Amino acid sequence: MKSFRYEAPRTVEEAVALLAKGNGDARVLAGGTDLIVQMRTGVRHLRLIVDVKRIPETLRLEFDGTVLRLGAAVPCAAIREHRELRRIFPGFLEAAELIGSEQIQGRASVGGNVCNASPAADTVPALIALGAECVIAGPERTRSVPVEAFATGPGETVLQTGELLVELRIPAPPTGSGDAYLRFTPRTEMDIAVVGAGVCVTLDGEGRCTAARVALGAVAPTAIRVPAAEEALVGTDLGTEALELAAEEARAAARPIDDLRAPAWYRRHLAGVLTRRSLAIARDRAMRRA
Amino acid sequence: MARKSHVSTIVNGEPIEFLCDPPQTLLEVLREELQLTGTKEGCGTGDCGACTITLDGRLACACLVLAVEAEGRSIGTVEGIASGEHLHPLQKKFLEEAALQCGVCTPGLLVAAKALLDRNPQPTEQEVRYALAGNLCRCTGYDKVVRAVLDAAVEIGGESP
Repeated sequence: MKSFRYEAPRTVEEAVALLAKGNGDARVLAGGTDLIVQMRTGVRHLRLIVDVKRIPETLRLEFDGTVLRLGAAVPCAAIREHRELRRIFPGFLEAAELIGSEQIQGRASVGGNVCNASPAADTVPALIALGAECVIAGPERTRSVPVEAFATGPGETVLQTGELLVELRIPAPPTGSGDAYLRFTPRTEMDIAVVGAGVCVTLDGEGRCTAARVALGAVAPTAIRVPAAEEALVGTDLGTEALELAAEEARAAARPIDDLRAPAWYRRHLAGVLTRRSLAIARDRAMRRA
Repeated sequence: MARKSHVSTIVNGEPIEFLCDPPQTLLEVLREELQLTGTKEGCGTGDCGACTITLDGRLACACLVLAVEAEGRSIGTVEGIASGEHLHPLQKKFLEEAALQCGVCTPGLLVAAKALLDRNPQPTEQEVRYALAGNLCRCTGYDKVVRAVLDAAVEIGGESP
């Protein structure tokens, strides 16, 4: 790796000041599972690395029953070890656990997955399905951006010079809800999503769907929400017909490309299949939590 | 030339200090500065697990950790698995059952397998296979490795009822 300066600030303010002065040649280091690979392979050259793992706010992992506050540098392994989260956010945990090996889980963070802005990032559709927000600190102010608006293209985000993703705020879905994440990969483990689908549905006492969110990964330059699929679900009993309509809308909303992982037509097909299957899982979870 | 960083760590339970430049990975420092050459370099991109260590108790690929990040952290390497001359049951079973050929993946497999058994003393075969999915071996085909880990779990269970 080429030479660079390393700083490990203790506060958000110091980190923001360093990043602001870094003027685009600086980058945040959390788990390093993307950044250090990019630097070692020469894809990225930086003058300053700001390690945020000494800042209490980026290491926060707090669930008060209503909102999960997930510091941007918390490793996936810590999320998995938490006692309550699997019950409340099973789909989000499915997505977080799929990322890499045990070794990668020990370092990789959800915040890093979001900031790396890969269209195939596993946690992003799951976060969008839950209506998660990004809390961003900057030189002027702190602002909040929905996860679905955070990435603007492959590797591109809304972060301006000097801004830092501090935490994700993930609201617990209301009673009678269930979330799910499914992805397709050629091998079972250690692979990158060909397509990913994150969904969350809410059922009322009569088993009628009152709210639905559907998000897809790896079928567009960023993860996308599919409002037409959501509309096809609300008011139904989430039966076979409704799920098939939502799958059709997912296929229609997908704008995939051909690449080494799959041709576009196959990605479009998968968008439908994974939407239908993840909705069935989410629906069954919602029924159990009604 | 930029000034080197001074880093204080605990390696396999012993306080260790070293000097490093920011671009040096922890793997480079372990092998080249501290002469702890048990940890191997395979892919250098976090895919193969040959450089598996523990960092504050959690598994990590040392090739994807900057050495400066280790300030104040506790590092575990394959050299810390045996107690003096006494091999750990995992090491004994790997030898007895020939769960290795060229040996490059073995240190990483041992560190990952020990982390598994520390957390889950009686894993199923499936759990072993998932836990070791980040350790690539191009020689043995994994079956002997998985059997050695399962047999080590039985032996450890027998030692401390």
